[in-house]
Amino acid sequence: MGVGIEVRDLNAWFGKAQILKEVNMTVGPNAVTAVIGPSGCGKSTYVRCLNRMHETNPDAKLTGSVKVGDKEIYESGIDAVDVRRKIGMVFQKPNPFPTMSIYDNVAAGLRLNGFNKRHELDAAVEGSLKMAALWDEVKDVLKKKSGASLSGGQQQRLCIARALAVQPELLLMDEPASALDPISTGKIEELIFQLKTQYTVVIVTHNMQQAARVADYTGFFLMGKLIEFDKTEKIFTTPSDKRTEDYITGRFG
Amino acid sequence: MSTPTESDLPRLLRIDTHVATAADNAAVERAELPVVPRIVLHSSPISKWLDWVFRNLLLLCSLSVLGVMGIIFYELTSRSKLSIAKFGLHFFTGQTWDPVAGDFGALPFIYGTLLSSVVALLLAVPLAVGVAIFVTELCPRMLRGVISFTVELLAAIPSVIYGLWGIFVLVPILRLQVQPWLSKYGAWTGLFTGPAYGIGMLAAGIILAIMIVPIIASITREVLVAVPQSQREAVLALGATRWEMVRMAVLRNARAGIMGGIILGLGRAIGETMAVTMLIGNRPEIAKSLFAPGYTMASVIANEFSEATDDLYLSALVEIGLALLIVTVIVNACARLLVWSITRGSSVRSHA
Repeated sequence: MGVGIEVRDLNAWFGKAQILKEVNMTVGPNAVTAVIGPSGCGKSTYVRCLNRMHETNPDAKLTGSVKVGDKEIYESGIDAVDVRRKIGMVFQKPNPFPTMSIYDNVAAGLRLNGFNKRHELDAAVEGSLKMAALWDEVKDVLKKKSGASLSGGQQQRLCIARALAVQPELLLMDEPASALDPISTGKIEELIFQLKTQYTVVIVTHNMQQAARVADYTGFFLMGKLIEFDKTEKIFTTPSDKRTEDYITGRFG
Repeated sequence: MSTPTESDLPRLLRIDTHVATAADNAAVERAELPVVPRIVLHSSPISKWLDWVFRNLLLLCSLSVLGVMGIIFYELTSRSKLSIAKFGLHFFTGQTWDPVAGDFGALPFIYGTLLSSVVALLLAVPLAVGVAIFVTELCPRMLRGVISFTVELLAAIPSVIYGLWGIFVLVPILRLQVQPWLSKYGAWTGLFTGPAYGIGMLAAGIILAIMIVPIIASITREVLVAVPQSQREAVLALGATRWEMVRMAVLRNARAGIMGGIILGLGRAIGETMAVTMLIGNRPEIAKSLFAPGYTMASVIANEFSEATDDLYLSALVEIGLALLIVTVIVNACARLLVWSITRGSSVRSHA
């Protein structure tokens, strides 16, 4: 089951450059939220703050509070590793593990969490691959082919399956379809649409049509600030900020 | 615009096949496109000729490597004819080395070379890989340069200095501290028995290990750096600890390259002469204990070449050189086979 997210006064830096400025956002459970904005506006950094991936960069700094469900993930004493175990992430470029079989790719997260029983793993791998709409294409070569042998679109669905296998409370997607062709993109979008019945999804996208198609809520970022955050129909039909309107009508960005 | 000529065609076709956007329309309205001086795009005859020269020059360079190898092999065989004729294949299995009686067998030297190299690898690989992991994954940025520079500095020390350091520092420590301890607790293995001279196979192995750490560490470091960041992030995002990240994302993807580094280190250990000669004890016999003195192929050639007065003796020494070459080739082939077998699926390079 998905959980809600509550972000309060989030500021993030790389070295001296401030990437995010005073971001506030509240997202309900089991909804898809799209994050849009021009390149360099801080979208990716924003989602990376939601599972504490931001701090894996040695120059990174952060203030503010992020609550996922009822847990404050930046509270002292909370281990970033535990936070990430409950939050799935899918990256822009598909990054399956090239030295592992398809099966091992999906099972990787479970094995990290101490699952070793054969039948549990089998069931979880099958379930996740079915959820990611990849099962039918790979079920015969699960243990024979490596994750890197698949096509780009299949690789990305494999990465989604890998993220789903650990039953995350929240799924973060950083431009999951930007490196894919339209057909693969369509499959991923369909998938996101189905996932929201069980997961809370935050998706960064460059593609405004994509945001309009899949998201319930949309946030528009510009120069590190969250300019507007509202229901997707509202953002794309009657935005309240002039800058949002300029962006979605293609006048800049 | 004038009527389209043939040279305009590709551009016109391009415009036809994509839907004009606002930006395209604006560009068309703005002005005539600048005229590209197409003449530049033709390659001149001289550049074609240069291309041919360049290609053949490189071919020559590559062939010269094969040529040198061929000449070395030919020289070694032709100059060891006497010994090959007298001992045949028994040369490689014979255990006596008696210049006075004119009886020569190379097995103790082959054994000494392989054993000292194996000891060196066992000590050096964990150390070098550990250093590389620390430098690339864990080390604060300020320390990173200092550590890699120091490790690489080890490679710049001449081997005779290693030999001297071995005699004056390493050997006394081995004799007085390490070997008594080892023979007390490790004698049951059979590897640590006999009198503790200090000098011997163990000392040679340790000094070789120190000498090959830099090459293995620096190659491993390069390979680890080449592992895409996206692989590390993939594992971290699954909730991996630092060590799990290193194991799953870094070492797994880099294993072929690390093996490559180990092969280069092994090559250096097999051929190393000076430091080993000073520390191994130079006695041609096969002993199981690492405390016992031994002899390597490279050492015997260096030590005895100047005293080899009769033709058979000289010829036997040259054949030792041939044996060294053959052992090197076999070891490298085996190592390559190993790399191939563990990376048959795919490697990080095919992905990145």
